[in-house]
Amino acid sequence: MFNTRSKCALKAALAATLLLSSQANAQDPSVFTDDPIAKGDTPESIKGYEIAARGDRSDTGFGDSKVSATMVLRNSAGQTTERSLSFSTLEKEDETVGDKSLVIFNSPRDVEGTALLSHAKILDPDDQWLFLPALKRVKRISSANKSGPFVGSEFAFEDFTLTELNKFTYAYVGEEEVDGMMMDVVDRFPRYEKSGYTKQKAWIDQDVYQARKIEFYDRRGDLLKTLTLSDYREYDGVWRAHKLAMVNHKTNKETDLIYSEFQFKTGLDAGDFVKGVLQRIR
Amino acid sequence: MRQGRNIVATLTGAALAASGAASAGEWEFGGEIAGEVRYFPQSAQFPGQFDDWQPSGTLQTDLRWKSDDGKHQIVVIAFGRLDAQDDNRTHADLREGYYRYVSDSDWTLLIGAAKVFWGTVESRHLVDVINQTDGVEDIDEEDKLGQPMVKLSLLKDWGQLDLFVLPGFRTRTFPGPEGRLRFALPIDTDNPIFERNARRGAVDYAARYSNFFGNWDVGVSAFHGTSREPRFTIAPSGAALLPVYDRITQGSLDVQYTAGAWLWKGEAIVRGGQGETFFAGVAGFEYTLYQIFQKPWDLGLLAEYLYDGRDDGFMVETFGLTSEAPFTAFQNDVFTGARLAFNDTQDTSMLAGVSVDADDSSLSMFVEAERRLGQNWTAELESRLFFNVDPANLAASVRADDFLTFRLTRYF
Repeated sequence: MFNTRSKCALKAALAATLLLSSQANAQDPSVFTDDPIAKGDTPESIKGYEIAARGDRSDTGFGDSKVSATMVLRNSAGQTTERSLSFSTLEKEDETVGDKSLVIFNSPRDVEGTALLSHAKILDPDDQWLFLPALKRVKRISSANKSGPFVGSEFAFEDFTLTELNKFTYAYVGEEEVDGMMMDVVDRFPRYEKSGYTKQKAWIDQDVYQARKIEFYDRRGDLLKTLTLSDYREYDGVWRAHKLAMVNHKTNKETDLIYSEFQFKTGLDAGDFVKGVLQRIR
Repeated sequence: MRQGRNIVATLTGAALAASGAASAGEWEFGGEIAGEVRYFPQSAQFPGQFDDWQPSGTLQTDLRWKSDDGKHQIVVIAFGRLDAQDDNRTHADLREGYYRYVSDSDWTLLIGAAKVFWGTVESRHLVDVINQTDGVEDIDEEDKLGQPMVKLSLLKDWGQLDLFVLPGFRTRTFPGPEGRLRFALPIDTDNPIFERNARRGAVDYAARYSNFFGNWDVGVSAFHGTSREPRFTIAPSGAALLPVYDRITQGSLDVQYTAGAWLWKGEAIVRGGQGETFFAGVAGFEYTLYQIFQKPWDLGLLAEYLYDGRDDGFMVETFGLTSEAPFTAFQNDVFTGARLAFNDTQDTSMLAGVSVDADDSSLSMFVEAERRLGQNWTAELESRLFFNVDPANLAASVRADDFLTFRLTRYF
């Protein structure tokens, strides 16, 4: 699952990362306030929360990012269709809210220019607006559809907010070695309404604290999907997976989300994520 | 095709470089070409109208340029249709052709022809007054002509303010004498009349404030200018209707309240300048059932009530009178509809709706279905049917014009 080359790259980058994150924490250790409900009060839940928090908080200070991506959708017969998208993201102000993001569709051509603006929340429904280029219409849409498929893919809408710490409660499961990397295994349980999952099981590496694999269990408790995150690259202490492969075990369909190189601190601000910008994207 | 793109980009780039306006920037060229056939199963009601099949083809080209810093944009979108049956439907239009300056995210200035949409509801676009309707395209009033404008947008903490100066009023397009979906008398679009302070070439003005407050999205707009909707008078020849355009002043409000799977929507206008000042409104909801039958399918249910208090008087064709206000089909109507999205890789979706006139029970119905084929094609099926139409209802002139449209589009 994790090839040697990327593992070596991980190791090489490790020292710098640890240095950066420890500096960040030393500068301002009080910046994080743990959510007592997300953290829980049993030893397993506290340990699970702390492992998740360590990973999520390594992301702090990324500011904003821009990236383009290709989504490859594969049906059970192996036929593929592709979509290309670009994402802009603005880091949340603190852990009580989520990031703001703008997704623009570049292909297929019939949906080119369609854009989705999201102001993510933690437990309340996100604020979301859709821009339909043919009509020039900006439409506020319901975000109650957490478990629905995102543009026909095996990713659900809720799968795009996987790392919002306080959206879940946690239970530490144990350690496991996978492909030569030591992993912490943590179960997490959605706190928000309308989730399609009862549980997610996450494998988080002990080197740079990033999720490497997540299993999704449906409302009946059965294994529904597996997400494999690979090709992690480090940008000034912030880690991003560049390949996210989702396999649906019930339908045998797969979706790969492949990111190009991320750009960070591009100068985006809150003004680039207001509803009105949807009308001037293209 | 790629070669074609390069040639156009090169030519346009050369033109701009020659004018000294070009920095490197980024060019994009694309478009769509479509073949369409409409079938009318019933015989035409009026002399001169064609029967049965109406084949036509459309081409739309999109040319876009954006400077490297993203502050300067040029968009040119041209549209044309060739129609085998209706000469009026064979037409071309510059849908968009503008230059836009985006300052450091606070304000935006747009100069040129553009399209603007206002509103929230689905059954009627009441507050959406900037662009003229391209009435030969369809009778749903969703196809619009490019409107020349200077538009200043302010995006501030307190919301968005758009200010419009609109020179170059566009008259509405209508099917010709051979066309279906028209009144008993064809409309002579070459001889519009301007009355009640309206005049050809007058400049129109509009302003809009929009923002959201929690789950509420709100837009407040004002418009002063030439009514996009004409009244009609009978031509001296007695063989045609002449469109009559008035100067109007209109204030409007559009809102949406988003709560879970419910979208509550409303639009309202108050308009002066066409007889007595009148009020019109649409209110309703859209409720979505997600993942029905344990499939990824979403089913949206829509219901809207439509009211319009205008004095559109007697049928001009029957009595030879000119009404105080333009005709409307929505005095007191109920719309219900359903939208089914399959959420598959081909984005298959269906929309169906029924409008009932609460006064005379006249009924019109539509079904639309759409699916992508491969990466670059889409297929669409549309149908509109009229039932139980009262002879005094506006729909009486189109009651024999049930139709089915099939359209195949190739994107490039």
